[in-house]
Formats: sequence, structure tokens, C-alpha cells
Amino acid sequence: MNASSSALPSRWERFRDSYLFYSFKRDMVAQVSLVVFIALVAVAVLAPWLSPMNPYDLAQIDILASELPPFWVEGSDAQYLLGTDAQGRDMLSTILYGARVSLIIGFGAVALQALIGVCFGLLAGYLGGRIDAFLMRLADIQLSFSTLMVAIIVGALVKAIFGGETFSAYAVPLLVLIIGLAEWPQYARTVRASVLAEKNKEYVDAARVMGLRSKRIMFRHVLPNTLSPIFVISTVQIANAIISEAALSFLGLGMPETHPSLGSLIKSGFDYIQSGSWWITLIPGALLVVLVLSINLLGDWLRDVMNPRLYKG
Amino acid sequence: MALLEVTNLDVRFGLRQGEVRALRDVNFTLERSERLGIVGESGAGKSVAAFSLLNLIAKPGFIAGGSINFEGKTLNTMSERGLRKVRGNRISMIFQDPMMTLNPVLSIGEQMVECLKAHRRISGKEARAICLDKLRQVQIPSPETRLDQYPHELSGGMRQRVIIAIALLLDPDIIIADEPTTALDVTIQAEIMALLLELCEQHNVGLILITHDLGVVSQVTQRMLVMYAGRVIEQGPTREIINDPQHPYTQGLINALPQMATPGEKLNQIRGSMPSLSNLPSGCAFHPRCNFINRADGKPRPACTEQVPGFVESGNCRVACHMVAEMIEDRRLKEETS
Amino acid sequence: MTAPAEAKAAHPTPTQNEKSDDSLLQIRGLNKRFSLSGDFLEQLRFKGGKLVRHQEYVHAINGVDLDIKRGEALCVVGESGCGKSTVARMVMGLITPSEGEIRYAGERIDNLSSRQLLPYRKRMQMIFQNPYASLNPRMTIQQTLEEPLRLHHPDWDREKIEQKVEDVMRSVGIDPDWGKRFGHEFSGGQRQRIAIARALAVDPEFIVADEPISALDVSIQAQVLNLLMEAQQERNLTYLFITHDLAVVEHFGTRVAVMYLGTVCEIATTSTLFAKPRHPYTQALLSAIPRLEDDRPQHIRLSGEVPTPVNLPTGCVFHGRCPHANARCKQEIPVLQTQDDGTRVACHAVEEGRL
Repeated sequence: MNASSSALPSRWERFRDSYLFYSFKRDMVAQVSLVVFIALVAVAVLAPWLSPMNPYDLAQIDILASELPPFWVEGSDAQYLLGTDAQGRDMLSTILYGARVSLIIGFGAVALQALIGVCFGLLAGYLGGRIDAFLMRLADIQLSFSTLMVAIIVGALVKAIFGGETFSAYAVPLLVLIIGLAEWPQYARTVRASVLAEKNKEYVDAARVMGLRSKRIMFRHVLPNTLSPIFVISTVQIANAIISEAALSFLGLGMPETHPSLGSLIKSGFDYIQSGSWWITLIPGALLVVLVLSINLLGDWLRDVMNPRLYKG
Repeated sequence: MALLEVTNLDVRFGLRQGEVRALRDVNFTLERSERLGIVGESGAGKSVAAFSLLNLIAKPGFIAGGSINFEGKTLNTMSERGLRKVRGNRISMIFQDPMMTLNPVLSIGEQMVECLKAHRRISGKEARAICLDKLRQVQIPSPETRLDQYPHELSGGMRQRVIIAIALLLDPDIIIADEPTTALDVTIQAEIMALLLELCEQHNVGLILITHDLGVVSQVTQRMLVMYAGRVIEQGPTREIINDPQHPYTQGLINALPQMATPGEKLNQIRGSMPSLSNLPSGCAFHPRCNFINRADGKPRPACTEQVPGFVESGNCRVACHMVAEMIEDRRLKEETS
Repeated sequence: MTAPAEAKAAHPTPTQNEKSDDSLLQIRGLNKRFSLSGDFLEQLRFKGGKLVRHQEYVHAINGVDLDIKRGEALCVVGESGCGKSTVARMVMGLITPSEGEIRYAGERIDNLSSRQLLPYRKRMQMIFQNPYASLNPRMTIQQTLEEPLRLHHPDWDREKIEQKVEDVMRSVGIDPDWGKRFGHEFSGGQRQRIAIARALAVDPEFIVADEPISALDVSIQAQVLNLLMEAQQERNLTYLFITHDLAVVEHFGTRVAVMYLGTVCEIATTSTLFAKPRHPYTQALLSAIPRLEDDRPQHIRLSGEVPTPVNLPTGCVFHGRCPHANARCKQEIPVLQTQDDGTRVACHAVEEGRL
């Protein structure tokens, strides 16, 4: 605003005075979502220390204690707060570990999408011409495959070539790769659109007149100014990636049951709903909904705040 | 009684930094078929003034006080329904960007007829005839074909002519023109201004012209207001202000024009820039940029930094400046003693 | 489209000894077309049962010749769409000409790669119109000003660069303590000062200023114009100054080139042009400036509007709006002809003595 006052605000003061923080303070939904999201992430990260059992450790599993209901239902065991699943694993521990796996895959896949998508989008938008045409057609082709199809093909190939054992052992990186590859065009398109808008601005011309190389202009000048849409799309994409992973796992194409994610937990409990053991499916299902909802609500808020049409920064 | 009378108009914006006073103590009148210019730089509040006349200020802005009287009716307390009868009909507006007024998906004719029918009960045929007549008045070549064209098919100058035709459609009493020619080229600007002037005189329409261009104001208007940081600082007959500005800011503004300096020499600049409305200096808002805050004896005049100047009469003009007030007072004392 | 051929005939390819004259920048037969038709597939049309390739162009620049002498301020004026900014951007290598040559200090620069251009980037700089868009919003002022120095003086140490940044900030009237702030914290006038500082940081000898004051308020325009004039005196700069504001030209320019629809219609020294405008378009342009003195505008009314540069009129591009046009004007393209006082005018009426 007025640059003549000489005291320079610190980074924290800048943030405190920013529109981002201002609107956050006034938005209850965003605040609650952020608290829920951070709590879920913290619990998932700290799963090895928080959970009463290690669901991966076969030695700790008591097969006789299988299908015990959660504590508020009759016939429960106080040792297992949320009951046990069909194999006798403590549900609480399994869910915590499962959420961890889901989040790792979600964030990992989005990081990969962002890396590919941002680079391709930047190149296509800034250089234009044939590179643009080629990369965007590539994106179109990629989008015409559904995530599921890519997963089925890759999963089948890996299983066929290296065997089911190997697939289970490398399930996490494979899922990151599959979901990452399937959804990069979202990033590429968003980035390309905002690069096209940015590259006609005079500061880019100024950088060219200065004699800077294209690479530097792209990464130092254009990219930082396309970060807002990247942030916004990232929230949606993380939620999407978690859902995709859950869907793949539910179909048996994702995490193996020995190393369950939220999706494979839901699947493993699905067979027991008929026999009355609803908690094996419903509790991880509810957690998945809460997790994705909190991310989506945060994303909505962020989109409203960062929309340059609503607020010019 | 004047056709339009604005008294103590006070407009505020509720922003997150707190309430910002975009306009304060704005007083002016407009007689029938008079042309008034409102001059100021960006952020002076001239557009806010224009918009507030028809109560068109968007949230978070609102009229906090004062009154706008049009033919004895107070516009700022009028219902939205009552206002709609005034807007476009009795008082119409011309904006800087013609595309702001024209709907890109409707043809020129559709928009003009719609505007007519909103205020009058007439048949489509009659409406079309009136539209054609108005388009002819603004000297649009082959108006019959233009009527069926869409805004994007017209050039900038043509669009602005259409806007003027729409503004004149219902034979209003006042046209408020907010920077009507800023987006246009010099030659087109001259034509549009000449046209507007001619039509206003022909139809006895009052004009409130908002602009930053002193040249345009001096050629078109009879009286003018100079605004600075949300206040009127000088008002009076245009020629008198242009030829003999009293307020240091008005003087600075006129002297800063390239035509006022010898070619190749330095221009007479005003130092600094207009303060933001949320952070106004104490006293006279212009004092940090003013060269006259010292008295004749070289000592600073405390009133400039402490007290908001009120208006003093100086000839036919009213000026809000402590220096001018002091000079007038001195002159009066001298006359009394002699 | 005979203008480039004529230009080439009139000015045979400059030889080495042409370096001796005092022009810093020479533009010869410059042409620029922008394609409107998209890529190859979009250009294909069916016509009479046959597939034909159909291309449409915007003829932005049509045979422009300009010389800029060392130490002068050449102003290019014209209305929007006349191609004045396109000329500026071609001089700076931001777009490549379709035809013609641009020579800087005798060397051709229009066909150089960006790497080959690097030494020229230090000698010629540019100031842009919109101070709100010409500063990278994510960079501090310090970073913005350091960047060109780091690029062009890789051997300088940190201290020297910081010293230089401080000097250049002082020279444009910006407090060096504000370096850690971002562009959006400044007013329009201050941002334009910063943009000027960025251009001056590498100590150029030639500056292209593309409407540098038209986005600013009146009182700020005077400040920035004064700053540009100061810089010219102190650093012996040469300016190519693009503007639509004739009042500014009268004050600032050494010589003026008036452009209309991609061609130069008149070049003269500022005083001559304002005292005795020759070309009918220049006359109309001058009469349209809103002056403070006269009460009633007495401007020359031009009929019609500027034609689109897609379908250029035949003959003189101005004939459709010109009050003095005759049959010859509709057919033959006028070329710039030197008058007794050195003014160069492209107009048949002036040539025939009708005007």
C-alpha cells in the first residue's frame, strides 16, 4: 500500500496481514477442515507410535480374537477399541496404518503428477508451436484412458512378468506411479493456461529484453506466478488420488490385504457385512469420507481466496 | 432551485482494514442544461461520486450521509423501484468502457428497444423508429444495418456513439459521463466530445463529465470541481479555474502539463503521489506535496498539518486551502486599515 | 506491396563506411505480418470442390524506414493499431520482422539468435507501458534490479552489485531501503521509476520507451518524464519514444515520426512538425489535442474510422479518411519525400503542391 513507511514487515507479519490469513480467520469451515486434516495426517504419520498393535506383525495377531465388535457394542473386548477384523487384527491400529498408506500414495501420486504436469504445461505454454501441440495431444490421449484401465494394464503386466509377490512388495511405488501417470494432464492443462496468460505480461518481455534464457524465464519468472492455480488444483488432486487408490484397492488392484490401505480395508470388510461385522467396512469408510471431505473443503476455500478475479493481489 | 443538488455527500467503503471514507463533504449543484466537469487523478473519488449520484455504488461501499436531490426528490433514500424510474430515464450514464454497458450477445437494436420499453409503453415499430432517429443523431452511418449488428462488429468509436445514442434514448435531463473518451484515440476522442457537446446543447441536457483530462474539461464544461483524496478542493467556473487556479494542487496539475513548459526544459512536477484513502495525512490531505505550507515569513503554517481546510470564497470560486484563506484575510485586513 | 522493394532500391545495402554517420539505429524496409489463420490444418478451406490453403494476415508494419541519431529522442506517434509498438518490439528483438533490416551501430541485429543478441541487450534496454505488469509480482525490488546485473556482469562480486543497485535506485528517486519490498507495495509512479531503474542498471546507451507514461496520472506523468529527461542528459541516452500523446512529444522529442496503419507518413524535427504539419493526418492529429486555451474545439474532422490492417486499402492507406484525397491517392502508394526544411512526408497532395 504505502511504501513510504520505513519499517519492513517480517515474513510472519506479511502473512498475518495477507488476504489469505484474513479470509481464513473468517471462514469457520476452512478452520474446521484444516484442524481435521492436520489431525488425521498427524495421527497417520505417528501411527507406529500411537497404535496399540502392529498390524503387519503376524506374531501379534490373535486369530481367535477375530471379528470382535467396537467397544460400544456388546461382546467387545476392551483391548480392541474399535474391534478386530476377520484376521483378528486390531481395527484401530489397522486403520491408522491404512490411513498412512492412503496418504503416502495420495501425496506421492500428486507429487509425481505435479512434477510431470508442471514441466509439460510450462514447456507447452511458454514455447508454444509444435512442442505445445505434441504435449497437449499426449495429454488428450492420456486423459482418454481411465485411471482404472492404466492400473489394470500395469498391474496385470507386473503380476504376469514378476509374479504376485513382487507386486505386493512394490505396491506403494507402483500405485504412486499409476495414479501419477494417469492424472498429470490435469496439471499440464492448468499450468499451460496460466502460463499463456502470464507470458504476455510485460514482466516476461522485460526479462527477455534483459537477455535471460528461456529456461530461467520459465522457472524463475513464469512458474512462481502460476503457483496459485497449482495450489488449488493440488488439493482437489490429492483428494482424487486418495479416492482413486481406494477404488483400485477395493477392486483388488491396489494394496494387498497384508498391507492394507483404507480402500483395501473397506474391501476386506465388505464380505463380512452380511454376517453383521459392519465395523470392518464402515469405520475405515467413514474415515475416508472425512479425510477427503476435509481436503475438498480446504480446496474450495483456497480456490475462492486465490481466484484472481475475485481478489487482485 | 437547481436541477440536481448534492449536499455533504459522504461515501464509505467497509474494508478489512476498517472503514475507508471515499468521499466526504462533497457539495455541488447542477442547473438545467449546465455542463459540469469533475476532475481528479485516479483515487480522487471522482468515479465514486458519479456512481453514488444514482446510488450505484457496489458493496462494500455505501452512502453514509448527505443528500442527493433531483427535482426535489432525494435519490439516496429512494426505493430501488423509484430509482429505476430515474436511472436511464431522467439521468443516464456513459461509461469509459463501452463493453461495460453493451451486452455482447444482444444486437444493438435489441438493446436499445429493450431500454425504451423498460420505461415507456410503445410498440416495437415505434421503438425502432426512435432508435433509428437517435443513431442518426449521433452520426452513425447507415443506422438501419447497425441496428442489427452486434457490439463486437463495431469499432471503439462507433460503440461509444451507440452508447451516447442509448444515453439520449429517453431524452434525459442529465447525462453522467465517466471518462467517456479515455479508451479512445485522440482523433476519435475529439469527434466524440464534439458530438456530445453538440447534442447536450441541442437537447438541453445537463452533463456531468468525469475526467482526468484538463484539456477536455476546459473545452466542454462551464463549471468544474477539482477533487483530491475524496474531497472537493476547488470549484467554480471552468475558465476561471483554468486561467487562474487558486488551490496549489490545481495549480500543480495545470502547470505539470507538457504544454505549460518550454520544450526541452523540465516539467513543473508535483512531488510525491496521491495518498491512499485508508492512510490520509493529517490536516489538509495535500500538505505533504504542497509547496505553500510556509507562510510569507518562512515559518510553516500549523493549520495545514493540523486542520482540514474549509471552503473560502475567492471570486466566483470556492477553494479549500489555508493559504488562500490567509491571503484573502490579509487582503481584507489591508483594505480595512487603508 | 511495393514499399520494401522501393526501400531497398532507395537505400542500397549499407556498406561499412555508413558506420561513420551519426545514426545509432537504422530501420530499412521493415515489414511485419501476423498470421490470423492458425496452424496448417486450420488454413485448409474448401473452395469450388478443391482443397485450398487460405491464409489471412494482419499487415501490422508495411515498409517502415527510420533512422535514430545518437543522443536524440525520436518520438513515434500514432493512434492505436498504427504499429508503433510493433516497431519498438521488433527493435528490441521481442518479435522478428517479416522483412527488412534493423541495424544497430552499423551491425545487423534483426537476424541474431538470442545468444548473439546478449551483448546488445546491455547497450539497448526497454521501458514498458504498464508499470503494474512490468514488474514480476513474486520478486522483490532488489531481486528485480540485481538480475540484469548478475547476467551481464558475471564477474562482479556481491558487494559491487549491491552498490550498483543502490546507486541506480537513488538515481531514479527510490529509497534503497525499499529493496526488500515487492512491486505491488508501490504506487504506479514508483513502479515506473523502478522499471526505469531496471533499464538503466546495465548502463545502456539506447532506450526504447513504449508509452512509458500513458498509464500514469497527470501529476506523476510529469515526474516520470522529468526523470527520463534527466537520465538522457546525465547518461547521454538515445531514446525511441513511443506515444500517442502529442503534448508529450512536443515537450520531449527531438524528432517526430507520425505513423498511420503501419506506415510512416511524416518525419520532422519537433518544432517543424508542430509549427507546420504537412501530412493531412498529422494536421488532423494536431488539431485534435484538447488544449486549455481555446474554449471551443476547432479540430479537423476526419470522416470514417481507421481501416483494419487485415485488408489494407490500396494506394495511400489514409485516403479513405483524407479530405484531400484524389484518384491518384487511391491507386499509388506515396513514398517519403524530403522537403526543403528536411521534413520527410509521404503524401501525393504535398508532392503535387495541392496542400
